[in-house]
Amino acid sequence: MSDLKQFRAETRAWLEENCPKSMRAPVKSDSEMYWGGRGAKFQSEDQKLWFERMLAKGWTVPSWDKKYGGAGLNRAQAQILKQEMKRINARNPLPSFGIWMLGPALLKFGSEDQKLEFLPPIARGEIRWCQGYSEPGAGSDLASLATKAEDKGDYYLVNGQKVWTSYADQADWIFCLVRTDNSGTKHQGISFVLFDMESEGVETRPIKLISGKSPFCETFMNDVKVPKENLVGEEGQGWNIAKYLLTHEREMIGESPLSRSLSEMAVQQTGTVEGKMPDPYLRGKIAEAEIDDWAMSMTMARMLAEAKAGASLGANSSMLKYYGTELNKRKFELLMDAAGHDGLEWESERSEEGNLARTWLRTKGNSIEGGTSEVQLNIISKHILQLPGA
Amino acid sequence: MALVLNEDEVTLRDTAEGFFANKAPVTALRKLRDARDETGFDRALWAEMADMGFAGVCVDEDHGGVDMGFMAAGLLAEQMGRNLSASPFLSTAILAATAIRHGGTAEQKAKWLSAISGGRAVMALALDEGAKHNPKGIQTRAETSGNGFKINGAKAMVVDGHVADQLIVAARMDDEQIGLFLVDPKTAGVDIERTIMVDSRNAARIDLKDVEVTGDARLSEGDDVLTKVMSAGRAVVAAELLGAGGAAFEMTVAYIKERKQFGKIIGEFQGLQHRASHLYSEYQLARSAVLASLTALDEGDENAAKYCAMAKAKLGSFAKLASQEGVQMHGGVGMTDEYDIGLYMKRIRVLQELLGDASYHFDQLATQSHY
Ligand SMILES: Cc1cc2nc3c(=O)[nH]c(=O)nc-3n(C[C@H](O)[C@H](O)[C@H](O)COP(=O)(O)OP(=O)(O)OC[C@H]3O[C@@H](n4cnc5c(N)ncnc54)[C@H](O)[C@@H]3O)c2cc1C
Repeated sequence: MSDLKQFRAETRAWLEENCPKSMRAPVKSDSEMYWGGRGAKFQSEDQKLWFERMLAKGWTVPSWDKKYGGAGLNRAQAQILKQEMKRINARNPLPSFGIWMLGPALLKFGSEDQKLEFLPPIARGEIRWCQGYSEPGAGSDLASLATKAEDKGDYYLVNGQKVWTSYADQADWIFCLVRTDNSGTKHQGISFVLFDMESEGVETRPIKLISGKSPFCETFMNDVKVPKENLVGEEGQGWNIAKYLLTHEREMIGESPLSRSLSEMAVQQTGTVEGKMPDPYLRGKIAEAEIDDWAMSMTMARMLAEAKAGASLGANSSMLKYYGTELNKRKFELLMDAAGHDGLEWESERSEEGNLARTWLRTKGNSIEGGTSEVQLNIISKHILQLPGA
Repeated sequence: MALVLNEDEVTLRDTAEGFFANKAPVTALRKLRDARDETGFDRALWAEMADMGFAGVCVDEDHGGVDMGFMAAGLLAEQMGRNLSASPFLSTAILAATAIRHGGTAEQKAKWLSAISGGRAVMALALDEGAKHNPKGIQTRAETSGNGFKINGAKAMVVDGHVADQLIVAARMDDEQIGLFLVDPKTAGVDIERTIMVDSRNAARIDLKDVEVTGDARLSEGDDVLTKVMSAGRAVVAAELLGAGGAAFEMTVAYIKERKQFGKIIGEFQGLQHRASHLYSEYQLARSAVLASLTALDEGDENAAKYCAMAKAKLGSFAKLASQEGVQMHGGVGMTDEYDIGLYMKRIRVLQELLGDASYHFDQLATQSHY
C-alpha cells in the first residue's frame, strides 16, 4: 500500500514539474492532439516537450513491458498515473489506435518477432495505425465481411473494400480483417493481417461527416500483396483477435471525454441567477447526469479492480461502452440546451467555428463506432444475462 | 477507494446472505402483514440480529458494538433489501446509533449505545414533518425553558416511531439552529399515531405539545451530527435499495427465461432483452455508487456527505426502474399479491422517499455545487 502511495506522490510531483501549462488546457478537437505517424508534426514546442518527456518515462504506453517501449507499470500504478494526469487535466501525449487497440491484441496474440517489430514504433509515435474492420455489407454483422485474401505462397493477395476507416488517409499501417476461407461458418475463415498503407493497390477516399469534418474514409484494396509474416495468430482464427481487440476499443470509447465538469461548462453558457442556473428543469437534468457520470467512473474503477491483473473485462466492456456513450450523448444534448442560440453558430470566431455544435454531432457516432448500442445490448443479453436466442 | 470487497467483507456478506434468506425471507414479511402484527417486525429476529452483532455494527466496542463500519452496515442492508426483511435496523442501528455516537455525552452513550447493540432498545429519528424530506424546513421548536427545553411541533414518517423506546427529535432552537433531543415517548404531550405504510412496514405521525425535556436531553452540535446521521442513513438506505432493486431485477430475468408466449420463451424477444440489459447496466452503476459512498463514510472523506446524497439519488432511480420493469415484464401475474415483485415495488417506493428522493438530491447537489 505504501509503495503505491509513494508512487502516487512521485508521479504527482513529476507531472507537476514536467507537464507544460498549455498541455493542461482542454483540447477543442482531435486534430489539436499529436497522433504520431510518419508525416506528423508537432503543433507547438510545449506539445513536443510534453510528448518527449512522457516518451522518455515510457509513459506513452505505461503498462507495456520495457522491451516494447513501455514502463512496465502494473494495473494499480497505471491507474494512479491516469488519475494523476486527470487531476491536472494533462493531455494525452499520444492518442493512438496502435496503443488502444492493436497493442493489446498483439501483446496477446502476436509472435515475439511481431511484438518487437510493431510495438516500439507505436510507443514512440512513429507509426500511426487505422482499423480495417467495417465494410459496406458488414457493419453490425461484422463477421459477414467479404474482403478476400488469397494464399499466394509467401504472401496474401488482398482484394475488397473497407468503409468508415477512421483516419485511413493519415495512417501509415492498417490492421485489417480479411476472409481467407469461405467454406465454413461466417466466423471461421477470418484472418487478422497487417499491412502498410503505402502498399501498391491501396487507395483511400475521405467521407464527410455531419460535423463537417472528414475523419474517416473508404479504403479500397486492389491486388494488395501482404507478406505472410504479417498474419497475426493462426490463419482463420482472426475472429477471436477481432473480438478481443473490440473489448479494448469499447473500454476506451466508454470513457468520458469532458475535461471540465458538465455543470461548469453549462454554467459558462447560461450564467446563474442568485447562484442558480435559470432553467430549473435543465439544472435538475444536469445534476442527474453528473451523478450518473460519477457512478460511471466508479464503475470503471470497480470493474478494472475486479478484473484480475491483465485480464480483460469481457462482456462488461460492452456495458461500459453502452452506458458511457449514451451518457456522453446525453451530456452534449444538455450542453446544447444550455448554449441555446449561441450553440447553433457554425461559422464564427465567437463559436470557435461551431466547436460545440460540431462536437455534439460527433458524439452521435459514439454509440455507433466500435459496435452500436444495440449490439452491446445484444452482447449483454447473450453473455451476461444468458437470455435464450440472444 | 475500495470498490472491491476484502476477505472479511465477503465473509460478512455471505453470513448475512444466509441469515436473512433463512430467518427473514419475504414470506416472513407476508406473515407479519397478514397477522396485522402490532409491532410490524419480529422482536425475536431483532434479538438474534443483536446476537449476531448486526444491531451494534456501527457502535464502538466499549458500548457492546462490533464497530465494523458503514461498509459492513451496507452489506447487511443489501441483504435485508433482497429479502424485504423487516427490522428496526435503519431506525436504531444506523440513524439513532450514529446520532448518539457522534452527538451523545458519555452518559447518553453508556445508556443508549449499549442498549442498541444489545437489542434492548428500539429508537426512532423524528426528522421530517411534511410530505417530503426537508430538513431545512423543520418547524418544530425547542424553546429554552428553565434548565431544559419545551418542544412543540408535528413529525411525520418517523420510521418505527410507533414502538420506539426513545425518540430523537430534530427541532429548531432559539438561535434557529437544529438541535437533536432525546425524548421519552411516554412524556406528557407526546401523541403517537401508528401509520401502516404501503410496504407493510411502520412509521408514525407524532404530535409534540409542550413536551418538557431536561437540558441533558440535547445531543451536542446538532447540525453537524444531523448531517452525519443523514449521510449514514442515505448510504444505508441506498444499500437496501441495491438489494431490493437487484432482487427485483434478478427475479425478472429469471421469469423471462421461463414464461412462454407465441411459442417462444419471452426472453427471446429483443424488446425485452434490451430492456433487461439496460437494467443490468444501471444495476452496475448503482452498485458502484453504493460502495463508493460507504467507503467514503468509513474513510472520513471530505466529500462523504455529497457522495451519500448522490448514491441515494442514483439508487432511488435505479430501483424504481427495476421494480417498474419488473412488474411490466411479469405481465398480469406481476399485478397479483401472490407474486413477490409487487412487494418489492412497494418497499422500493418507500425507500426512494426516505431521506430525500432523487429530485431533492439533484437540487441539493446543484445548490452545493453553485449552479
Ligand atoms: C465515428 C465512427 C468511426 C468509425 N471508425 C471505424 C474504424 O475506424 N474502422 C472500422 O472498421 N469501422 C469504423 N466505424 C464503423 C462502425 O463500426 C460501424 O458503423 C458499426 O459497427 C455499425 O455498422 P453499420 O454502420 O453498418 O450499421 P448497421 O449494422 O447497418 O446498423 C444500422 C442500425 O441497425 C441496428 N442493428 C443492426 N443489427 C442489429 C441487431 N442484430 N439487433 C438490433 N439492432 C441491430 C444498429 O444498432 C443500428 O442502429 C466507425 C463508425 C463511426 C460512426
